[in-house]
Amino acid sequence: MTEMLTAARLEVVRIREDFPILAREVNGYPLVYLDSANTSQKPRQVLAAMDEHYRLHNANVARSVHTLGTEATAAYEGARDTIARFVGAASADEIVFTKNSTEAINLVAYALSNAGSGSPFAIRPGDEIVISEMEHHSNIVPWQLLCERTGATLRWFRITDEGRLSTSDLDTLVNERTRLVSYVHMSNILGTINPTEQIVARAHEVGALVMLDCSQSVPHLPIDVAALGADFIAFTGHKMLGPTGIGVLWGRGDLLAEMPPFLGGGSMIETVTMEKTTFAPPPARFEAGTPPIAQAVGLGAAVEYLSAIGMPAIARHERELVAYALAALSTVEGLRIFGPAVPEGRGGTISFALGGVHPHDVGQVLDSLGVQVRVGHHCAKPTCVRFGVPAMTRASFYLYTTEQEIDALVAGLEQVRKVFS
Amino acid sequence: MNLEQLYQDIILDHYKRPHGRGLREPYQAEAHHVNPTCGDEVTLRVQLKDGAIDDVSYDGMGCSISQAAASVLYDLVRGLPVDEAMARYDAFVALMSGRGQVEPDEAVLQDGVAFAGVAKYPARVKCALLPWAAFKDATARALETVGG
Repeated sequence: MTEMLTAARLEVVRIREDFPILAREVNGYPLVYLDSANTSQKPRQVLAAMDEHYRLHNANVARSVHTLGTEATAAYEGARDTIARFVGAASADEIVFTKNSTEAINLVAYALSNAGSGSPFAIRPGDEIVISEMEHHSNIVPWQLLCERTGATLRWFRITDEGRLSTSDLDTLVNERTRLVSYVHMSNILGTINPTEQIVARAHEVGALVMLDCSQSVPHLPIDVAALGADFIAFTGHKMLGPTGIGVLWGRGDLLAEMPPFLGGGSMIETVTMEKTTFAPPPARFEAGTPPIAQAVGLGAAVEYLSAIGMPAIARHERELVAYALAALSTVEGLRIFGPAVPEGRGGTISFALGGVHPHDVGQVLDSLGVQVRVGHHCAKPTCVRFGVPAMTRASFYLYTTEQEIDALVAGLEQVRKVFS
Repeated sequence: MNLEQLYQDIILDHYKRPHGRGLREPYQAEAHHVNPTCGDEVTLRVQLKDGAIDDVSYDGMGCSISQAAASVLYDLVRGLPVDEAMARYDAFVALMSGRGQVEPDEAVLQDGVAFAGVAKYPARVKCALLPWAAFKDATARALETVGG
């Protein structure tokens, strides 16, 4: 927290020069991209790293004695090392590359249900899995499916009117039957940053594992997995300046070592016969087939780009932006914010309703002015239901967002009101 | 892309003052359709009499395009024999699927021609079609009920 407040100011104008797409026009207006929670834009350094990989170092990894293969493997494993350091992992072997966060979460869910009956991971009827009402569907559906497969019961934290996780029933919700608690670190729809200390302590007290969906937090906040105390975290490259098609599961080394495979195939094996196959140690055990090599290289470059700027500085910038945006949005008549209306304990994502105008129409008018926001249920339908709406409009910021862009959003919302008055 | 092509006055008028809105009885069949990507939903009831659409009643939550389309639907099919109502359904679907290349027939579609611009916005085509899909569904079920 202190490091965020004393961090240097971002040179946003200079940073924006690194992002070619930000110079674009949309419908005759300068692009105002306020949908980074959906996917982030990419700096030229990431694009160049992937291009150079394919131009000069392209080969398959972990299979080759030859020079090109060695270079490709070094690049891929180098990215793994970079990412491990970025999140404070004890070892690069705790970093498993997946396709995205959704796959990382599914990996844990399937590893649990694939575990044999003697395994400490085995899930039985009567066991409980705890999630929350605030989750993205990727952190709901895999657990619903797991409960169907194993006979376990799904339970969840509720959301308060202020848009925070309700932990008043923590000790009953998380109990001796709980095997896993999986919840979102920063909400993609409300922007809420959820606390970890109390929930992790209670979960570990009853012998439950903790997974955090860090898809929105790793891109925007300094993250240290040891400080978080979780047993698994999931995050995804395309939300943190990297390409699509690359995600990360971080798992505690001793846990990964005991987990059975998720997908079977090449690379994750030790020996294969027609009768029996043995499996590689982690992380290889969980990386079947040719991985997204260039994408991992791109993510490594994205992490280097973010690290050079510094996550505390980025977090500070977004905190200032969100304070500015909350104040500016409060001047728009008929605007209701879902989730925390204060900058504390929330990230740079704001979902709102504008009078009686359907989000679809809000988004359409804004688009005609070059302002790109997301509308709909944001893959978080239970959260929308909790607040009694079928859909929300969402604006989300990142290191390249400016106050002028927030002004354009506010001006656009006034235009929306005019069209639908 | 001109926003006025999408939000023509006729559409906004139907949105603000929808025709025939509300769920009414009696009805032979009811259909509930949702658009999972955006949260538009519509509940629509059909009452047939002597082979014609005696009443179409509906309620729903959604964007201006989906709700205006329901209002226009009410004007277009009420009172028509079922096969003529379905011909108007086909004409509206053809207009929506035409990417703005289809010239609508005002005699057939009346206020529905205002939706011609929607066809240029692929993300909104499903909005316009939502109440029509519910109408087709409910009509099919109503026909089964009356044995027609």
